[in-house]
Amino acid sequence: MRVVFKTSYDPDIDLHDHAWKRWGIALLLAVMAALPFLVGDYYLAEATNTLIWALAGMGLMVLVGHTGQVSLGHAAFLAIGAYTDAALMNIGWPFLLSFPVAGLVAGVFGAIIAVPAVRMSGIYLAIATLAVFVIVEEMVILLAPITGGIGGIFAPTIEIAGIGFDRYAALDNFYWLCLVVVALVTWGYANLMRSPTGRSFLAVRDSEVSARALGINVTRTRALAFGLSSGVTGLAGALMGHYIGFFNYELFSIFISINLLLVVTIGGLGFIPGAFLGAILITGVPQLISILRDSANATLGIDLGGIPGLDTMVFSLILIGFIIYEPTGLYGRWLKLRVWWELFPLARRDMFRRQKTYLKTERMR
Amino acid sequence: MVREARGLVRAKNCMEIFQLLIGGLANGCIYGLVALGFVLIYKASEGVNFAQGDMMMLGAFVALGLGNSDQLGLPFGIAVIVAMVLMFGIGWGIERVVVRRIFGQPQFALVILTIALGFVLRFAAGSIWGYSPLVLETPFAGMNFRVGGVVIGMADILAIVVTLILTLGLWAFFAFTRIGLAAQAASQNQMAAYIVGVPVMRINALIWGLSGTVATVAGVLYAAKGAIDPNIGLLGIKAFAAAVIGGLGSLPGALLGGLLIGVVEPIAARYAPGELAQMSPYIIMLIVLVTRPGGLFAQIQAKKV
Amino acid sequence: MSLLAVEDLAIHFGGVKAVDGVSFEVEAGEVFAIIGPNGAGKSTIFNLISRLYEPTRGRIHFDGADITALKAHQIAPLGIARTFQNIELFDHSTVLDNLLMGRHIHRRTNFVQDILFLPKVRREEREHRRRVEEVIAFLELEHYRGKHIAGLPYGVRKVVEIGRALALGPKLILLDEPASGLSVEESQDVAFWIEDMRRDMGLTVLMVEHDMGLVTQVSDRVLAVANGRPLALGTAAEVQADPEVQAAYLGTGDAA
Repeated sequence: MRVVFKTSYDPDIDLHDHAWKRWGIALLLAVMAALPFLVGDYYLAEATNTLIWALAGMGLMVLVGHTGQVSLGHAAFLAIGAYTDAALMNIGWPFLLSFPVAGLVAGVFGAIIAVPAVRMSGIYLAIATLAVFVIVEEMVILLAPITGGIGGIFAPTIEIAGIGFDRYAALDNFYWLCLVVVALVTWGYANLMRSPTGRSFLAVRDSEVSARALGINVTRTRALAFGLSSGVTGLAGALMGHYIGFFNYELFSIFISINLLLVVTIGGLGFIPGAFLGAILITGVPQLISILRDSANATLGIDLGGIPGLDTMVFSLILIGFIIYEPTGLYGRWLKLRVWWELFPLARRDMFRRQKTYLKTERMR
Repeated sequence: MVREARGLVRAKNCMEIFQLLIGGLANGCIYGLVALGFVLIYKASEGVNFAQGDMMMLGAFVALGLGNSDQLGLPFGIAVIVAMVLMFGIGWGIERVVVRRIFGQPQFALVILTIALGFVLRFAAGSIWGYSPLVLETPFAGMNFRVGGVVIGMADILAIVVTLILTLGLWAFFAFTRIGLAAQAASQNQMAAYIVGVPVMRINALIWGLSGTVATVAGVLYAAKGAIDPNIGLLGIKAFAAAVIGGLGSLPGALLGGLLIGVVEPIAARYAPGELAQMSPYIIMLIVLVTRPGGLFAQIQAKKV
Repeated sequence: MSLLAVEDLAIHFGGVKAVDGVSFEVEAGEVFAIIGPNGAGKSTIFNLISRLYEPTRGRIHFDGADITALKAHQIAPLGIARTFQNIELFDHSTVLDNLLMGRHIHRRTNFVQDILFLPKVRREEREHRRRVEEVIAFLELEHYRGKHIAGLPYGVRKVVEIGRALALGPKLILLDEPASGLSVEESQDVAFWIEDMRRDMGLTVLMVEHDMGLVTQVSDRVLAVANGRPLALGTAAEVQADPEVQAAYLGTGDAA
């Protein structure tokens, strides 16, 4: 076990209480930055996709993991981000302007719908976001002059200071762009969670009445969380639009919302690294399935490709398994492993036993 | 002459609206029935079963598999009853095998779990019956009544009648039977219900079974009106809107919400652009949620501190 | 002039008159206790003062201002902190974070500054932390600083909740049954802390309590309520001697 001897309050305030951890993050960033030199285009594209999913996952994590509000409609904010960015670039805005504006539009939209939505709790909020999603989807079709309607819209090539960031022609650059955005958002997110704003999110999540009694404006806090969440998701949507290149409303289906929920639950609710682990899983499993499928086809002569919906099915089973056996997600499992390792051989099985909980009614809020 | 023509047009319009209303009511009943399934589970465990639409789909397919002449070929009535029993078993089984293990976890866990379950059910149905639309053979297919200028399908009438009977029966079950009351108690406070000797687990399983049966009835009524494929479960989302409009804990509320959506939808489709009609159930739901956050028959009270 | 003045306060839930015409004044620097049998409306009075409930009639004045029309989250910034009867802590956070959440009304940074973690945020954090450490030292919570609430024993949680209220830096602290469920030693600690709060911190304490020993030991004045109505007001001894109060507790007279 590493012991941190504290001589001031700063180690508790810092992002990492130990220099060892800081070096770990630096190393990870270095490896990520060097990735274009280490792997081929195919895997680099996958890595880019994973980064975009992690970004969207962080967006949802603020809401579900840290403020305790469930959204089943986050694909709507991906869509708003993607369409705003693409539409603005199509009328000649530079990416450096259209990208933050896309996030801002998604964020403001999220905060606005959050104001009435925050009066609802739990299930009702989840359903309201689902309704918002359906409405946004239909609006995309209705607003054909801007969004291209059913036909779709083209996301122009990104160019900053004469350097191209095309997803195909300059994949390395596009990857680095995504990496920078993700790194900045992660840093901001981690800052948020060690500041009064982040604490107020947790307070609202865990006990609304005492949050109020401490002077926290619950409505405003929730709206802020919703706005930040949808803003970050909007940024991810804009990048996703550029990653896909040409898209219509079908890209942002209800399944995307559900996949996003999968990212945060499997990754580990309430942990920032969870968003990354979840994103790796959600982009990695289809790859794994296709590899298995090919090998099954080659060696056993079984054509698994003939079974439609197998991917979704496998995802669903993984999800069910996690919810039943490891509700704290991949990151929670990792934390337990680490404790076990640090205490070795003193860890006992029952240290990790979950406490029995009983559900109290939500009708009494 | 002109006035006469105008009168004729008005009569025709009137008839058209009436026709839309009947179809809408029948559709609304099916939404209402699926919504009843939501409410059943919500009443018993304060959880929401997002796989309810898929259970309806599976129920319809099981009945089809038992009853259609190219499959098992049982008589229609027997096929439906056997399907209801089988789906009771599946609902019961889902509770025993999966849902029970997350007992006590936050509601959110159940939402995700049942969404995933829905995908599994859809995959199962797709693997067995394929993804192309199939038609359930019913003895009353194509039977119509003509009242004035309005054509009423037998399937529509059946949907309305069966739904009314089921809602009444379920309401009586919760209001008057010991098990029904115990189920409600269990939802209010699981631990307290445990302590006073309510077999919370057994009741939950029973309720899940029951909701499987109700879903089957809804599925058969739905299938009687047209073809089915494994994706009809998405109708569950609309039914969910219905349940929320009514207030999740209220059986008559669910039916009312279903009827409201069922009636508004075709009328909106007739008089507004198609996208708006698609949105209409959700717009209604949002309006209800914003004005009355607990639904029309709200059961939310302030928490005591 | 009194710090807190409650005039003819009443709240009716449907036909139930939970609080019905209660008036009292709490002087600055005083320890004021409200006692009464279960269901007498004691906690309801607290919830009315912290604006969680909407009164049917009556007014509440604090520090010379009418606070009856304020929202619940506007009460804490005035300097009123409270604890809850059934402990409402943030279960998934550490003791330290719970106490830091008590500093919310003193935050001077907005969310943009927080996200960028400007030097100002760090300075503020150090200051919050310094204040919280004072509370930790006062309540002897050093040992539990980094522990999660969910794993703490009941008695410690009660103390943490008092600590969270103190971290807010209030003028008036409302303690809802601070000694219920505590051992004799623990409630003796609570008694000492209440006296210290008054003497050293200059706080005014309003508490609801069942433990007459504690009430007698620390409180200057006691208000007895039953069925939402005031029965007697005076020193602990006077109130205990009141025949109406005795009747309410023993369940003899019609007041029960």
